[in-house]
Amino acid sequence: MSAREPIPALAGDTPPPPAWDAVGRTRLGFLGRWRNPIGIIGAGIVVFNVLAAFLGPVVWRVDPDAQARDRLLAPSWESPLGTDELGRDVLARIIHGAQVSLQVGAIAVGIALVVGTLLGLLAGYYKGLVDATLMRLVDLMFALPGIVLAIVIAGLLGPSRRNAMIAIGVVITPAFARVVRGAVLEVMGFPYIESTRALGASGLRVMGRHLLPNIVAPLTVLVTVYLGTAILSEAALSFLGLGTQPPEASWGGMLNTARSYIDAAWWLSIFPGAAIMVVVLGFNFLGDGLRDILDPRLGPTIGEAPAAKKQPPPE
Amino acid sequence: MLGFVARRVLLTIPTILGISIIIFLMVRLMPGDIIDVLFAGDVTATPEIIEQAREQLGLSGSLPEQYWRWASGVAQGDFGDSFRNTEPVDDILWRALPITLELMILSLLIAVVVGIPLGVISAVRRDSASDYASRVGGLIGISVPNFWLATLLLLFTSRVFGWVPPLTYTSFFDDPLTNLSQFILPALSISVFTLAIVMRMVRATMLEVLSQDYVRTARAKGVRKRLVVYRHALRNALIPVVTVVGFEIGILIGGAAIVETIFGLPGVGYVLLQSIFNRDYPVVQGATLLVALTFVLANLLVDIVYGWLDPRISQE
Repeated sequence: MSAREPIPALAGDTPPPPAWDAVGRTRLGFLGRWRNPIGIIGAGIVVFNVLAAFLGPVVWRVDPDAQARDRLLAPSWESPLGTDELGRDVLARIIHGAQVSLQVGAIAVGIALVVGTLLGLLAGYYKGLVDATLMRLVDLMFALPGIVLAIVIAGLLGPSRRNAMIAIGVVITPAFARVVRGAVLEVMGFPYIESTRALGASGLRVMGRHLLPNIVAPLTVLVTVYLGTAILSEAALSFLGLGTQPPEASWGGMLNTARSYIDAAWWLSIFPGAAIMVVVLGFNFLGDGLRDILDPRLGPTIGEAPAAKKQPPPE
Repeated sequence: MLGFVARRVLLTIPTILGISIIIFLMVRLMPGDIIDVLFAGDVTATPEIIEQAREQLGLSGSLPEQYWRWASGVAQGDFGDSFRNTEPVDDILWRALPITLELMILSLLIAVVVGIPLGVISAVRRDSASDYASRVGGLIGISVPNFWLATLLLLFTSRVFGWVPPLTYTSFFDDPLTNLSQFILPALSISVFTLAIVMRMVRATMLEVLSQDYVRTARAKGVRKRLVVYRHALRNALIPVVTVVGFEIGILIGGAAIVETIFGLPGVGYVLLQSIFNRDYPVVQGATLLVALTFVLANLLVDIVYGWLDPRISQE
C-alpha cells in the first residue's frame, strides 16, 4: 500500500455517454449528473464514516479507553464488536479510530493541497527553470515507493501521530504538484490568460483569480482519492508502530495488537481492518463518481503511472 | 534499439544521484544531533570520546564532505558500518535483499498469472456474471490493506487447516518447500493489490483491442475465437500492461516492507524498520537507497522491455 499512488476506483468501466446526452446532463444540474451508482455508494460510505466519527460518541456512550476486568469478550449485546485484551470496548475504539483517521487524512491532504498547489502553480505559471527544477524534484520523489518514504520520514521524526501526518503529507505533495502543474499548463494556453496579462495583471493575480478557480475540478477529485490513500497510510504506519501511539485507539494500532490474540479473539483482527477497507473503498468510489461529474477529461487513472510516463502514440 | 537502451541507462544516473542526495539529507537534517541520540544518558562520554565517535561514524566535516564520503563509499559497495554492532551495512543488506526479491517476484508472478486470465475473461464475457464478479473483486482488491489481509490469511489457515507458516527464515536453496510455505502467505497478501490493477488494466485494454478492425478481420477469415483472443488480441493488449507492472513494483516493495515484519522475514523492509526503531542511521540510509535502486532498476527494465515490445517507442 502506498501513500502516493492513488487507488482510484472504477473509471473506465462505464462507456462514455453519447454527445446528445451531454446536453441533457447539464440541464439536470449537479445532482442529476449522479448517474454513476459507484459514486453514490461512495458518498454514502463517506457520509456514514463522518457521522460515525462525530456522532458516534454521542450515540454509543462508552469510553474507548475504559478498561474492564472481563477481557477478550466475544461480540454480544453489551459490546457488539467484543472487547479487547484490556477489556476495552472495540466498537467505541473503532469510533475513536474513525476520528483519528479522518483527522490524519484531513491534515495530511491539507498539507499536500496547500504546498503541492503552490508548487504546481509556480511551476506551471513561470515555466522555464522554476518548472524544470521543481519537476525534477517531483520525479525524484516518485522514484521512492510512497509508503517506504513515509516510513522513513515518520520514523526519523519520531513515532507519533503528528509526525505520521507530516510524513504522509510530504509523500503525497508531489502528486498534487504534478497534477496542478499539468492543469495550469492547460489553462495557460487559453486566450483569456493572455488577455489578462496583456491588461497588466500581476503574476499573483493571474494565479489567484484565474488559474486557481479553473483547476478546482481536478483538485477536488485528487483530494477525495488521496483522503483514502492517507487514511490507508496512517493505518499502515500505526500498524507498524510509527503512527498513533497506544493506548490511544487507531485502526492500524488495534490491528497490530490484535495479532497477538489471533487465535483467542478473531473479532479484534476483523473489525478494525474491515473499517479501514470500507472507508478507503468509500473514498475511492466517491472519487470515481466525482471524476465523472467534474472532469471527464481526467479519464481512467487506475493503475496508471503518474503522468509523464510514456503512452503508446495515438493511432 | 541499442541506442535506446543506452539512453535509458544513462538517464538513470542523475536519478540515482538525486535520490541518494535526498536520502542523505533526509537522514542528516532530522531534528536532533545523531551523536546526542547515541550518547543520551551516557555519563562517561567526555567531549573527546564524542569527538572521536563523530570522526569514526563519518559525521565530521561539512554536509557536502559527509555526503561525498558516503556516496563514494556506496559507489564502491561500502555502505558504512551499523551504529549498533559495527557490522558492515552492505553485509546486512546483501543478506536481506534476496528475501525481498523473492517476495516481490513471487507476488508479481501471482498477480500476473491470475490477473491476466481474469482480465481476459472479464473482457471477453463482458457484462456476464463472471465479469461483474471480477470487477467487484478488483475494487475490493485495491482497497484492502495488505497488512490486514496478511492477518486474515494467518487467521484462516490456522483456523481451517490448523497450519501456521514457519517463523524462522529458511533459504530457498537449503529447503525449497519450507521456504515456499513461508513465502506463500506474505506473497499472496501483497499481490492482491497488483493483481486487481493488472486485471482491470487487461480488461480495459482487451475491450479496446477486441473492437479493432484486425480482430474482426481475423474472425471473418475463420480464425477460431479462442485463437483470436490469445494470439491476436492479448498480445497487443499486454503492451500497456507492462508499464503498469513497472509502476506496481514500487507498491510491491512498499507492501513487502510492511508484510515482512508480520511474517518474521528478515528482508530489506524488516531491516529498514528495525534500523529506524534503533536509530541506526547508516542502515536506514543504506536500506532506503537499496529500495530506491531496486525501484529505479525495475523501471529501467520495464522501459527496455516496453521498447522491445513496441518498436515505435524505441525509435522516438
